[in-house]
Amino acid sequence: MSTHTESHDHPDDGAPHSTLKGYMLGFFLAIFLTAVPFWLVMGKVIPNAQTLAVIVLVFAAVQIVVHMIYFLHMNAHSEGGWNMLALMFTAILVVITLSGSIWVMYHLNSNMMPGMSHDMTEQQAKSLP
Amino acid sequence: MSDINAMPSTAVANNQDVEFWMKEDHHPANGTLLGFWIYLMSDCLIFACLFATYGVLGRSYAGGPTGAELFDLSLVAVNTSLLLLSSITYGLAVLEMQKNRRGTMMAWLVVTGLFGLGFLGIEMYEFAELIHRGAGPQRSAFLSSFFTLVGTHGLHVTFGIVWLITLLFQVGRFGLTPANKRRILCLSMFWHFLDVVWVGVFTFVYLMGVLP
Amino acid sequence: MNMPDAGKLIFGRLTLEAIPYHEPILVATFAGVLVIGAVLLGLITKHKLWGYLWNEWFTSIDHKKIGIMYMVFGVVMLLRGFADALMMRAQQAVAFNGNPGFLPPHHYDQIFTAHGVIMIFFVAMPLVTGLMNYIMPLQIGARDVAFPFLNNFSFWMTVAGGILVMVSLFIGEFAKTGWLAYPPLSGLEASPDVGVDYYIWSLQVAGVGTTLSGINLIATIVKMRAPGMSMMKMPIFTWTALCTNVLIVAAFPVLTAVLVLLSLDRYVGTNFFTNGMGGNPMMYVNLIWIWGHPEVYILILPVFGVFSEVVSTFSRKRLFGYASMVYATVVITVLSYLVWLHHFFTMGSGASVNSFFGITTMIISIPTGAKMFNWLFTMYRGRIQFEVPMLWTMGFMFTFVIGGMTGVMLAIPPADFLLHNSLFLVAHFHNVIIGGVIFGLFAGINYWFPKAFGYKLDPFWGKCSFWFWLVGFWLAFMPLYVLGFMGVTRRMNHFEDPSLQIWFQIAAFGAVLIALGIGAFLIQLWVSYKRREELRDVTGDPWHGRTLEWSTSSPPPAYNFAFTPIIHEADAWWDMKERNQTRRLEGYLPIHMPKNTSAGIYLAAFAFVVGFAMIWHMFLIAGLAFLGLLVTAIGHTFNYKRDFNIPADEVARTEAARTEELAAHV
Repeated sequence: MSTHTESHDHPDDGAPHSTLKGYMLGFFLAIFLTAVPFWLVMGKVIPNAQTLAVIVLVFAAVQIVVHMIYFLHMNAHSEGGWNMLALMFTAILVVITLSGSIWVMYHLNSNMMPGMSHDMTEQQAKSLP
Repeated sequence: MSDINAMPSTAVANNQDVEFWMKEDHHPANGTLLGFWIYLMSDCLIFACLFATYGVLGRSYAGGPTGAELFDLSLVAVNTSLLLLSSITYGLAVLEMQKNRRGTMMAWLVVTGLFGLGFLGIEMYEFAELIHRGAGPQRSAFLSSFFTLVGTHGLHVTFGIVWLITLLFQVGRFGLTPANKRRILCLSMFWHFLDVVWVGVFTFVYLMGVLP
Repeated sequence: MNMPDAGKLIFGRLTLEAIPYHEPILVATFAGVLVIGAVLLGLITKHKLWGYLWNEWFTSIDHKKIGIMYMVFGVVMLLRGFADALMMRAQQAVAFNGNPGFLPPHHYDQIFTAHGVIMIFFVAMPLVTGLMNYIMPLQIGARDVAFPFLNNFSFWMTVAGGILVMVSLFIGEFAKTGWLAYPPLSGLEASPDVGVDYYIWSLQVAGVGTTLSGINLIATIVKMRAPGMSMMKMPIFTWTALCTNVLIVAAFPVLTAVLVLLSLDRYVGTNFFTNGMGGNPMMYVNLIWIWGHPEVYILILPVFGVFSEVVSTFSRKRLFGYASMVYATVVITVLSYLVWLHHFFTMGSGASVNSFFGITTMIISIPTGAKMFNWLFTMYRGRIQFEVPMLWTMGFMFTFVIGGMTGVMLAIPPADFLLHNSLFLVAHFHNVIIGGVIFGLFAGINYWFPKAFGYKLDPFWGKCSFWFWLVGFWLAFMPLYVLGFMGVTRRMNHFEDPSLQIWFQIAAFGAVLIALGIGAFLIQLWVSYKRREELRDVTGDPWHGRTLEWSTSSPPPAYNFAFTPIIHEADAWWDMKERNQTRRLEGYLPIHMPKNTSAGIYLAAFAFVVGFAMIWHMFLIAGLAFLGLLVTAIGHTFNYKRDFNIPADEVARTEAARTEELAAHV
C-alpha cells in the first residue's frame, strides 16, 4: 500500500513473470491430485482407514507444493529469498502448532480423563452431563 | 562533555576516495508484494490454529452426528472444482495483465468472481442444510470447529470477492497503472493462498472426516 | 415496534445501571479524570493547538512522530497500570486479621486483570513499538517505513484498544479473570457480564494494529536498508527489531484466532471451551500460550538490542561478539515457539510432554546467557561512562540474571508443581519484565531522547528515577519470592495468616519507592524541558554514538537524511567518523515523501465503535460501524496520490541551517 515511490518504480518489482504453460501444468496437476483422493475415499477403494488417511494426506501435501510452485510462483529467488524464508518459517510454525497441540491435548485427555479420550464413543458421550 | 563531542582524534584522513553519501536519489524497492506475502503467512497461522482446534476437537461429537453422517462429498467435490477453476481463471487474468490487455483481463476477473460466488453459494447451502438438520455450530465441539474453520475460509473468499469488485472499478477507472497491477498481483496471491487452505480443508476436514 | 424493543436495538444491554456510581473509588477516579481532561482540553483550546495536533501529529505518517506518539501513549497507560499496582499492594498490605481492606473481591479481581492487560498490551508493547518505529528506520538509513499510512493506522488501532480498556472503568466493568482470561471462568456461564467482552474486543482491536505494524517493520528492514548494509552489517537493535517483528507476525494471529473462538463461545453459543458438549477449556490454555510465550520475547528482544547499543556506546568499544549476538537472537526467536507448555505443567500432560518442554525451556536460557556475557565482555577493559542509560543497563544485568535463574527453576516440572500459581511466579515474571523490559525502555528513552527532541534528559533526576526504581523493585518483589516459597498463591484479596503481613508491607513500601521512581521520571521530563537550552545537543551525536541515527541532526529533519548514506562497516557512523567523512553540502535533490492522511484515525474510530457496540450487544450500531469501516477502507484505496516532493531548495535551506548551527557550536 505504500506508494511513496510510485512514480518511479516498476510494477513488476520482484513479481514473477508467469506463463500460460506454468498455469496449465499446475491446473492439471491440481485436478489430478484432487480427483484421486476424492475417488479413493468416495469409492471406498482402500478398506484400511489408517492407510487411506495417510495416502490422502500425502496427496494434499503434494498438491500444496504444486499450488505453491505453479500458482504462487514460489522459488528460492523471489524477493531475494525472503518469500521462501518466510514460507519455511511459517511451515515450521504450522507444524509445531498442529502437531504440538494435538500431542499436548492427547496427553492431557488420556491423563486427566482416562477412558474418555478425545475420540470418545457415542455411548460415553451420552453419559456426559 | 566536550571530549565526548569531539571527533576521534586518532582518525587519519585516509580513504578519501570512499563515498559515504549517495549523490543520486535512492529508491528502495517497493515492499508491497513482500509485505502482503508476510501478511498471508500470518493469516496462515490463524488457519493453523483453527486446524489444530479441529484436530483436537474434531471427534468430540458429544453424542451428536458425525462427519461420516453429515458430509456430502459430492457437493464438496463440486465446490472444490469451482475453486480450482477460479484459480486458473485468475491465472489467465494475470497473463492478460502482463500483456496489458485490460478488457480481457477484467473479463477473466469477472469469471473468477462468478466461480467464487458459486463456491460461496454452495457453501451457504451446505451450512443451511446442516443447521436445518439440527447440526448447527452449537451442537457439539466437532461442529463448532467445523463451522468455524470452513466458515473462516468462506469469509476470506467473501472478502476476496469484495476486493475483486473494488479492483474491477479501479482498473476500469484508472487503467492498468503500476499501483493497480501490484494490487492485482496481491489479490492473486490471496486467491491462490485460499486455494492452498482449501486443499487442507477438503483433505483434513471432509475426506478424513468421513473415515471411521 | 414498541419502545423497549427499540431501546434494546440501539443500546443493547447498556443501561444506566452500567455506570458504577455506587463505587466511591471509581466515582473519585472519574471525577479526577473529568477535571484533568477538562483542564487539558481547555489548555489545548486556549492555545489553539487543535489544528497543530491534528495536522502535525494525529494524521502524521512520519515514523518519528508516530514513534513519539506510541511512547506518550505507553507512558500515560503506565500511570494507569501502576495505579492498579499500588492499589493491589495497599490492599494486600492491610487486608489481614479480618480487615477486608478497601477493595471488595469483585473490584480487586478487575484490578489485577486490568493491571496485567494494560502493562503488557498497552504499556510494554507501545513503548517497544514506539522505540522500534522511531529508531530503526534511522539506523538503516531509510526515510520512512515501508507502509507509512499503515503505520499511522496501526498506532490508532492500538490507541482504540487502550481506550476500550479505559472506558471499562466507567461504563460497565472489566474482566475478573486474570490477564489471559482462561475459560471456563471467562465463558458465558461463569462471566455473563461485559468484563470479558471488554477484554476480548480491546485486545482484538489493538492486535490488528500490532500485527500490521509488525508486517510493516519487517518489510522496512528487508527492503529499505541503505546501500551496502548487508544483514551482518545491521545495527544490533535493528536485528532485534527484525526478530521481534517476525515474532509479532507469527504469534499475534494465534491470539486473534483463540480470542475469536472464545467470542464465538460467548456470542454464538459454540462449544470450543465449554465443559459440556465436547468442549475442552484446556485447548484455550494450550493455544493462548502458543501466542503467550513468544509474546514475552517480543517484549524482551528489542530491549536486548537497546542494551547492546548502550553498552557499546558507553564502553567506547565495538560490541563484543556481534555475530554471536545475532545468532543468539535468531535462536531465541525460533526456540520461543517450543516452550509454551511450561506455563501449564500442572495441567497433567504427563512425564514425556513435561520433560520435553522443561528441557527446551532450559535450552532457551543458553542464548540469553550468551548475550549477558557479550555485554560483560564489551564492558571489560572499556572506558565506561556512567551516564543514565548505562546505569539502567547495569541495573538490568544485575536484576535480570536473578529473574532468569528463577525462570530456570520454574522450568523444572517438579519444582513448578510446588511453585505454580504462587507469588514466586509473580515475583519471577516481574523480575524479568521490570528488570528487563522496563529498565531497557528507560535506558532507551534516556539514550535516544536527545535524538528525538534535540536536548538531553536531566541526569540528576534520571539518576533519582533509576535508584528509586532499582531499590523499589528489589523491596517490592523479593518478599514475593519468600512468600511464594511459603506457598502463598497469587490473586488473593485478603489473607488469614497474620505472620505473612510483614512481607506484604515491605512489598507495599517497595511499590511506593517505584512510584517515586515514576514521579522522578516525570519530573525529569519537566526539568529537562525547562533546562533545554543548557542540555541542547547541536551535534546530533551527543553520546559519541556508533550507528547511523547519530549521523543526522537532533531532531532529524522530516526526510531523515538529505543524502542516503552508503554503508561500509557494521558500526556505520563510527566508521564514517574514523575515516573523517564530511557532510555533503551541495547537489540536493527533491525528496519524495508520503503525505499525511486522516484515514487511519477514522478507521480506528470505526473499529472502536464496532468493539464498544459488540461489547454491549448493540448489534445494529456494530453492523453500521463495520459498514463504515469497510467503506472508509475501500474509499481510501481510491486515493492514489499519497506522496509529495520536498523541493530541493527547502532541503538546502534546512541543511544550511544545520551547517550554521554546527559552525556556531565549534
